[in-house]
Amino acid sequence: MAAPHETDGRCVISFTVNGSPRTVQVYPMQRLLDVLRKELQLTGAKEGCGEGECGSCSVLVNGELVNSCLIPALQAEGARVTTIEGLSKGPHLSALQKAFLNCGGAQCGICTPGMILSASHLLSKNPEPTLDDIREGLAGNLCRCTGYMQIFEAVAQAAKQSIAKPEAERPENRA
Amino acid sequence: MTEQIVGTSAPRKEGRDKVTGAARYIDDISMPGMLYGATVRSRIPRGTINSISYDPRFEWGEFTTVTAHDIPGKNCIALILDDQPCLAESKVNHPEEPILLLAHEDPYLLRAAVDAVAIEYDSLPPVFCMEKSESRSQVIWGTDNVFKKFLIEKGDVDEVWASAEYIVEGEYTTGAQEQLYIENNGVIASFDAAQGLTLWGSLQCPYYVHKALMALCNLSAEKVRVVQVETGGAFGGKEEYPSMIAGHASLLAMKSGRPVKMVYDRIEDMAATTKRHPSRTRHRTAVNKNGEILGGEIDFTIDGGAYATLSSVVLSRGTIHAGGAYHWPNVRIRGKAVATNTPPHGAFRGFGAPQSLFAMERHMDRIAQVVGISPIEVRRRNFLKPGQTTTTEQVIREEIDLEKLLDRALELSDYTAKKAKFTFENPASALQRGMGIAAFLHGSGFTGSGERYLASVVGVEGCADGTVRVLVSSTEFGQGTNTVLCQIAAEALNLPYESVSIAQPDTDQVPNSGPTVASRTVMVVGNLVRSAASGLKQTLIASGILHSSHSPEEFRLACGRHVSGHGVLRSFARYEAPEGVFWDDEKYRGEAYASFAWAVYVAEVAVDRTSYSATVQDFVALQEVGRVLNPVLAQGQIIGGVAQGIGFALYEKVVWKNGRMQNGQMTNYIMPTSADLPPIRVFFEEMGNVHGAYGAKGIGELPMDGPAPAIVNAITDALSIAFDSVPLLPEDIFEAVSKTSSRELLGAGKR
Repeated sequence: MAAPHETDGRCVISFTVNGSPRTVQVYPMQRLLDVLRKELQLTGAKEGCGEGECGSCSVLVNGELVNSCLIPALQAEGARVTTIEGLSKGPHLSALQKAFLNCGGAQCGICTPGMILSASHLLSKNPEPTLDDIREGLAGNLCRCTGYMQIFEAVAQAAKQSIAKPEAERPENRA
Repeated sequence: MTEQIVGTSAPRKEGRDKVTGAARYIDDISMPGMLYGATVRSRIPRGTINSISYDPRFEWGEFTTVTAHDIPGKNCIALILDDQPCLAESKVNHPEEPILLLAHEDPYLLRAAVDAVAIEYDSLPPVFCMEKSESRSQVIWGTDNVFKKFLIEKGDVDEVWASAEYIVEGEYTTGAQEQLYIENNGVIASFDAAQGLTLWGSLQCPYYVHKALMALCNLSAEKVRVVQVETGGAFGGKEEYPSMIAGHASLLAMKSGRPVKMVYDRIEDMAATTKRHPSRTRHRTAVNKNGEILGGEIDFTIDGGAYATLSSVVLSRGTIHAGGAYHWPNVRIRGKAVATNTPPHGAFRGFGAPQSLFAMERHMDRIAQVVGISPIEVRRRNFLKPGQTTTTEQVIREEIDLEKLLDRALELSDYTAKKAKFTFENPASALQRGMGIAAFLHGSGFTGSGERYLASVVGVEGCADGTVRVLVSSTEFGQGTNTVLCQIAAEALNLPYESVSIAQPDTDQVPNSGPTVASRTVMVVGNLVRSAASGLKQTLIASGILHSSHSPEEFRLACGRHVSGHGVLRSFARYEAPEGVFWDDEKYRGEAYASFAWAVYVAEVAVDRTSYSATVQDFVALQEVGRVLNPVLAQGQIIGGVAQGIGFALYEKVVWKNGRMQNGQMTNYIMPTSADLPPIRVFFEEMGNVHGAYGAKGIGELPMDGPAPAIVNAITDALSIAFDSVPLLPEDIFEAVSKTSSRELLGAGKR
């Protein structure tokens, strides 16, 4: 990207990404997905459809699950954004990430970051979901490989874990 | 001894990177000075190109522009027949056919520039359906619109009609289906006169792309390097198409001298790339009074789209599978792939078999109805048994017991009790429920002499630190290639799973282990990995530095000693066809597949009388796939395949207009979500198999074959109306129910 220019219409946005304060110079209507992927090199959020159908670009904004392909960058001003990169702490995987590995919840992996964030959001609102809650909670995230069953199993397994939960699942990060 | 690794659910090798977001897919990669590439495509289905003009408001000098005239080699996508141009030069044969390429550093400006290229055409009359293609009123390909024909003949079918108690006829059709991998097609190409061309991409078959780029770019094998990066789903959709997009990016990279990234957006991917071949199957079957098949004719036709691509091979598999898991004493099967002016149809999990097996399994229920026996009984009486021969006269040598599979599937699905319950409850219920069965087979590996021609090579490398690397061009795109091939090598070398890794598929680094298709990776490539690993061990034993019975630590020391003394330690294995295997390519007779996977699936459906929507309530998938090498991954393959099969049956309809897909978005092309699917219950039965690594057969495609017929059989059972097409949408059910009710009303009026 060229150096920011005063008259090129870009604006400065400050927000917190995975716990760290970040400032970027972006076009106000630039998609949050592009800001994360191109400006901040956080490529875990993927573009599957560009129209909010597939959920591969899911991230948490102030604890709420959003399709980052539908959110203009301007809307992230001052917000707390969590991406898949913020879910594990160093080498330590979150309970959900571990469960996805154990249960076969990830196959090709392209939907996995969005799916895990979606599941993480579900568990933050509903720590003991029923199978129907899980089905409904993940219905905005399409997976073409798994047929979902092993993902359901992973979410149920993670819900049972009593181990320390990562940032996105802590109560203080709930909306 | 270490614990046995084969047969356990070893964790996915690249799983950690996938759950942390660290895995790098093609669109996650950037290169210094990189341009973005885009394609200008045909807006018409068929015609000649008159002129190309450029909107003067754009600074075209800033763009790299490539037309057919810039192609250094042959203007084709080298595959089977070289009939498909990389860029249309004077004629276009389908909507979205690529004509011109643009590259620019600003992807947003690039998008606008694509619309600023105006192409004038003289239209020619297009052909959009198989029937019109067959009529030859317009010849759009070759001399007769036919890409390929096959004829399978067994016994004397002309003799059976006279002695038949029943002659049962049916016609069955299946629609196009989009693979809908969540990651669209994409590549990055980079060219340097000294180094040559390097292509990184989301793809299944590095050596297919390698071959295509050599021909297109007029480069020698050493000057083309193809690297597969993490691939976000493929399902066949990244078998042949990557050669096209790779060709485009390469031409732009060669002309601009800069790396070029081309990644399609969803709309372009859906409109321009391949889909499952639409099909039409006609059955005419002679049956005796007991419901036993005496013989029959099967006519299987697929719509190949505008160019030959893989249609001949899809047709081959579909034709061979058309007789299903049954014994045909006499049969004549004709297969035909015809041309239409739509984008070429291509590989999609199952590869022709889901189409012809849908027909076979619907037809079995029709035979049952005509004869007056149950769908269970008709299958029982016609199942192939060991010692009998398939339609290609391949002797079944596997110890398969299909009746046992059927019985277990009926028990697991509680078939009989549920069927009785639904028969009792349906008349007074708003939900019409039904049960449906599909019994079927899927051949593992390339057809006939295919594996012999491929002559795949696999390498295993022992490293100085005692770890081992598997060297194959077989790719991971979710199925578990990395994991299972590492399990096999670890098992063969008595090493912990963690000591084995797999090289990134890179044509400069790995031998050609063949394409990652046809449910061949575990069975064929896996067996070669086992051989190559044994070879590695033998080298160390022959050098006197390892005993045949060794611990992992002893292996580590021996490996280290060998590498420090002799340098690189590698062992290779090449495929050799088993002796006594006979296949006649002319007559389509003989051993079509090294082995078959077998299955019985049972679907329970409910059709809502108000909305006419059909939903699957329960699904039992029971299969015999030889030894299950990794239970979690194997289950994942089956569940995922069944989910795609449910989509194929009930949701996924490609809407065509003038040869172009009209609903090329995830908003209006509907695949199953987590809320749409029933419990998919997976069971394995191991009946023993001599082929494959540690007894494993192919598994990836099998689950795509059974769901559509099982579901449509169940809907037919629920409503007592025969449905013979998929996808079967609520509007189709509504129409059929309306017609039936009005007929019933008319009938009532006459009395």
